[in-house]
Amino acid sequence: MANQSQLIYCYDGSFEGLLCCVFESYEQKEIPVEIILPDIPQMMLFDVKQINTDSQKANRVLASIIPKMGVDALDFVRHAFLTCFPQKALFILLFLRMGYRYGPSVMSMLTDSVVDKLVKAVKHLQNESHLLKGFLRFSIVNQALVAEIEPQNYVLPLLTTHFCERYPEERFLIYDKTHKMALVYQPYQSAIVPIESLEMPEPDEQEESFRALWRLFYKTIEVEGRHNPKCRMSQMPKHYWKYMTEFGYGKKKAVQQLTDVTAKK
Amino acid sequence: MDVDVFDKLKILTDAAKYDVACTSSGVNKKAVVGGIGSAAACGICHSFAADGRCISLLKVLMTNVCAYDCQYCINRKSNDTPRASFTPRELADLTINFYRRNYIEGLFLSSGVLKSPDYTSEQMVKTLRILREEYRFSGYIHAKAIPGTDSALIAELGMLADRMSVNIELPSQSSLQMLAPDKSKHSILAPMGYIKNRIQENSTDIIKYRHAPQFVPAGQSTQMIIGATPDTDFQILNLTEGLYRKYKLKRVFFSAYMPVLENTLLPTIDTKPPLWREHRLYQADWLLRFYGFAANELLDQQHQSFNPYIDPKCNWALNHMDVFPMDVNRAPYRDLLRVPGIGIQSAKRIVTARRMTTLTFDGLKKLGVVLKRAQYFITCGGKALDGLKIKQDTVLRSLMSQKTFGMYQQSFSSPSAAEQLSLFEQPPMLPTASIQEGQRWLTSPN
Repeated sequence: MANQSQLIYCYDGSFEGLLCCVFESYEQKEIPVEIILPDIPQMMLFDVKQINTDSQKANRVLASIIPKMGVDALDFVRHAFLTCFPQKALFILLFLRMGYRYGPSVMSMLTDSVVDKLVKAVKHLQNESHLLKGFLRFSIVNQALVAEIEPQNYVLPLLTTHFCERYPEERFLIYDKTHKMALVYQPYQSAIVPIESLEMPEPDEQEESFRALWRLFYKTIEVEGRHNPKCRMSQMPKHYWKYMTEFGYGKKKAVQQLTDVTAKK
Repeated sequence: MDVDVFDKLKILTDAAKYDVACTSSGVNKKAVVGGIGSAAACGICHSFAADGRCISLLKVLMTNVCAYDCQYCINRKSNDTPRASFTPRELADLTINFYRRNYIEGLFLSSGVLKSPDYTSEQMVKTLRILREEYRFSGYIHAKAIPGTDSALIAELGMLADRMSVNIELPSQSSLQMLAPDKSKHSILAPMGYIKNRIQENSTDIIKYRHAPQFVPAGQSTQMIIGATPDTDFQILNLTEGLYRKYKLKRVFFSAYMPVLENTLLPTIDTKPPLWREHRLYQADWLLRFYGFAANELLDQQHQSFNPYIDPKCNWALNHMDVFPMDVNRAPYRDLLRVPGIGIQSAKRIVTARRMTTLTFDGLKKLGVVLKRAQYFITCGGKALDGLKIKQDTVLRSLMSQKTFGMYQQSFSSPSAAEQLSLFEQPPMLPTASIQEGQRWLTSPN
């Protein structure tokens, strides 16, 4: 039986790297107190152990997950890895250790604090990706659709199927500013690629007028007698507003400030 | 861009916004090759208006010109308001352009009655044909059936739309007669019945031929106005239940009456919309659809109105304390659903989690159970929550929302208590004959 050791693992941030941490943990019969990335300089109370990524070891761990704890558990772990939960690496390792011990029923252990933390993180991820399917706004630039988002979780892999099935004949690009990655699509292939930055070009006249039509629709559809900004805020938290056409995204600066002021009222 | 389109959009959105439904749920689809558009069964909200309502579809009227004179409606013939009509081409192009930019899930198309119901429906069919056939659009389309339309045209619309709806408008025949003289119960229920039958026929076709074209795959819905007429919650809820059973509706929507016009037959123009009542009705509607409650469990002849302070589920629980407390480690799923503070999600999680472990109060918190409410109704392994005090004040405080508790305290401490309470009671003018009209409305031949 392995015990919590006075050790910190340091991995390269890849899923394979994390699987190698799991390998190490079993091989050395030890459980780290934390798993960190190399680029975060911290004063450590404990010894830091570098875990090198080795595809062979990673594949051995990966291949064992489905037979030991089922396909749902693997799916769950893959999703958990996309979340913004700061301790996701450590908790995934702890979860997998539980999976090897209890088998597929680990997925039912909802009151366990490790499972609970990961379930909530995955829910946050799925929730955010669901909301972005609606709140994301494309601009049409040279016949291509371009969108910017700033999600907390790494949602691009979860958005891929949805948008590819929605616009199979279009060319589109969704830029994730937080993770500096972009989902690019042209008929009929998609890829997620790293992008340093994205400058949105000035909209042409047609684009401008459809944005204006949408803002007009948005303003008109409200039933004033039921005005309820609190309800709106809980359904659509303010951090999403930044990239939404109806809240002034893509409007010229002076105009945007004006709408900001009115929105506050 | 034609400036005209701005004016039309403004007028025809303004005229459509009192329709409640804006859901895009009930069907999964992906774009066909060479086409555009998909749909997700869970529905996707694209924005929320400042009134907190979801915006999922481009909700507009084909035209707000209307031959009818329904008293409650801003588009009534006798109302002096600017009128406009979209051409099918304009509307289809606008929809596609909004859709490409991911502003919407699709189109919600309703209309005033221009010339005749048939002519109006033909315009709607034309619009949907451009979308479906020219643009090969697979996104969501909700089309309203105009009462009085020929069934052949309804059939055509139904093959193009994902969801259809016929508005019940008012919850009883007498109210309808009074406020919507051009619409009869028959003209509303006939298309509803027709759509239901076509959906059923179509579902057997699909078993036989997998690629048979689908008729209204996301089902039909309806809506009615609350608070414009003296119909009680009991009548409305019975009517709702009947509509789900008899017409297999997917949703019944309620809309608190918003006075838009001065009329002696209607509540005065400064009447506040009965939003609390609408809220209670939606809570009860949920209990009917997902929690296995029947309408007569929630209200009855003696209690025709919802309790303004306590939600319908809590109210039921307080009147059935004999079934509580329930042990969360043993109670079957359908019983768990009846506990205040346990919802669909948490009930499912309880059933899953208790396979592996004996649940404690601490564990229930992790599963999303609202212990503040549930604590009075449950035990874990035969034991109630440690230190649970059952004092009237604390119990009420836990079961009411903060806002209602404030209202409740005020109404019993201030001298105007009686007045405050009467705000929620039914007007005494309610004719006794109309009590069971909700049910009769659906079952009687005419």
